[in-house]
Amino acid sequence: MATTTYSKESAGGSLTARALREGFFAGLVAFGLFFLFVGLETTQNIRNELVLNQRWGLLAIFVAVAAAGRFLGVLYVQPWLAARKTAKAAVADKDVPETFLARNFSKLAILALVLMPPVAVALFGVQGSLKWVDNFGIQILIYVMLAWGLNIVVGLAGLLDLGYVAFYAVGAYSYALLSQHFGFSFWILLPLAGILAAFWGMILGFPVLRLKGDYLAIVTLAFGEIIRLVLINWTEVTKGTFGISGIPKASVFGIWSFDVGAANNFAKVFELPMSSAYYKIFLFYVILALALLTAYVTIRLRRMPIGRAWEALREDEIACRSLGINTVTTKLTAFATGAMFGGFAGSFFAVRQGFVSPESFVFLESAIILAIVVLGGMGSLVGIAVAATVMVGGTELLREMTFLKAIFGPDFTPELYRMLIFGLAMVVVMVWKPRGFVGSREPTAFLHERKAVSGSFTKEGHG
Amino acid sequence: MSETLLKVHAVETYYGNIRALAGVDVEVNRGEIVSLIGANGAGKSTLMMTICGSPQARTGTVTFDGQDITRLPTHEIARLRIAQSPEGRRIFPRMTVYENLQMGASLDKLKYFDEDVEKIFTLFPRLKERQAQRGGTLSGGEQQMLSIGRALMARPKLLLLDEPSLGLAPLIVKQIFDAIKVLNKEQGLTVFLVEQNAFAALKLSDRGYVMVNGRVTMSGSGKELLANPEVRAAYLEGGRH
Repeated sequence: MATTTYSKESAGGSLTARALREGFFAGLVAFGLFFLFVGLETTQNIRNELVLNQRWGLLAIFVAVAAAGRFLGVLYVQPWLAARKTAKAAVADKDVPETFLARNFSKLAILALVLMPPVAVALFGVQGSLKWVDNFGIQILIYVMLAWGLNIVVGLAGLLDLGYVAFYAVGAYSYALLSQHFGFSFWILLPLAGILAAFWGMILGFPVLRLKGDYLAIVTLAFGEIIRLVLINWTEVTKGTFGISGIPKASVFGIWSFDVGAANNFAKVFELPMSSAYYKIFLFYVILALALLTAYVTIRLRRMPIGRAWEALREDEIACRSLGINTVTTKLTAFATGAMFGGFAGSFFAVRQGFVSPESFVFLESAIILAIVVLGGMGSLVGIAVAATVMVGGTELLREMTFLKAIFGPDFTPELYRMLIFGLAMVVVMVWKPRGFVGSREPTAFLHERKAVSGSFTKEGHG
Repeated sequence: MSETLLKVHAVETYYGNIRALAGVDVEVNRGEIVSLIGANGAGKSTLMMTICGSPQARTGTVTFDGQDITRLPTHEIARLRIAQSPEGRRIFPRMTVYENLQMGASLDKLKYFDEDVEKIFTLFPRLKERQAQRGGTLSGGEQQMLSIGRALMARPKLLLLDEPSLGLAPLIVKQIFDAIKVLNKEQGLTVFLVEQNAFAALKLSDRGYVMVNGRVTMSGSGKELLANPEVRAAYLEGGRH
């Protein structure tokens, strides 16, 4: 490694040579590393004998990827990063004018979401749109909403909650049980599920009022598990691990139904061919509306005294008290508000699946929601939405990657690598952007002009 | 003028089993600047925190404006217009200067905010320059100004200042002490000040108390204490204690 600086005149020849050399060495190292791990495989045959399989093809792929990766990295990525660094340093002091896209990002995103189902239907047909509307659209929006709800507790009030999925469960079971036993409609039970979840949020809030940080996290974690275990073991009511199935569908405010037998079935009324896609498209708009409601309420609350108090509480509890803020009610309202949105999302989840069981409310869900909030940048709605789209959408995309079977053999199931990729993505984001995708906090009060305050000015790990 | 605003009577405060205050009597009259001086660990900050109800006194009483506040929670005490600039400033680091000041005015739901914020900006012009900046990015002196400014936004009857000179350059300390004097003279604000910087504090104060090991050992007017040989030896000339 004789040359570490990139002088412009000698860039062409020596850089390529260096890239080739380093690529070759990377391949050599990869060969040495993977020779025994990948190149040779031992399995047992039917008579319990050890069989040695040789996988030279796979080994070759590993070595080739390492060599090519290093070659391209040295030749293109490193100079590009260096150039970007100098470019950044040059313009650091100037105000970079925001592009139209950046300024209106959220408006354009909402517009795109509203237009998505008709576009999907136009492109892929009614049945073909299901994948895009349901698997991607609804799935991502549920997580966006959950993460926005949790953001109130974690991002604004700074209370680390590892048991958020409990409120999701309360909302889902509220809808499932009350609709089956009392026959209430979705639109009555949706607010009710939110209220019940908020109530449970307060119940959790009381014992943990004096706790902070790690201790709070552990108790909320336990709370999430308690709710799940109650759902498993209280079999008379919740039917335990069997779950509750046959949950009634939602209707368009009672005007049109999506039950196949009903006289006012949506498809029949409009004389459309029967398809489950209409219901999914309807649900897409419901969750979109719910998610936007969450965002709207969060934005409004941040400008109101209670939202201010949440943020102040996150920053410094003692200072809050000395300013006359009642930290008890502030914490309880944060828990209750966050839980309420969890409850909304839960009852939506129940109506979408038509089936709930405790399996849907494991700790992993809480962890994923929290990860989305942290990755997105705590407190930032746009950042969280981006994180949810990348994380949830990315894992859904894995299901589509059947072509990978051609490389790794027919037994390869890409979705099994979901958590691995999720974890890798978290590590990468945290290394590059320690405060999440959108790390800056937008102030809510201005005297004369609006000015974003960059997170890079403050010490890391302070918020 | 000499009406008692704050009266601390025979207060004992404990941290667990450790007695931090061993029967303290302190009085602050309306319109006065009173300072409390003493060495590290004498219990000065504990007394300040006890007045604010965190921790609460185990025995004894704290009376403010004729009302017993010994057992009130901290936020209720703050609502009686006892504003505090706590030790270590404790501003909100990720909020802007402007938002920090708004938090200070939350008791009145920002009713007098526009009018009061101008007063603060006149008192501390630096804060006006820095208003859109995050609290955490301010220098130590600016943070102290913000902390005092935020406390003043609550329109306090009594301002408690815990070590406003801590870690600041002498010039900034002078600016801050001058501001305290202006507030006292022009607005009649009552100030109770805890300080290590005994000389500056006593010079500013109408009266002072000296605290040693959780007890008040001496009291008197600022001038008397400044002239007192024991005080001089222990807190002003240094090194001989």
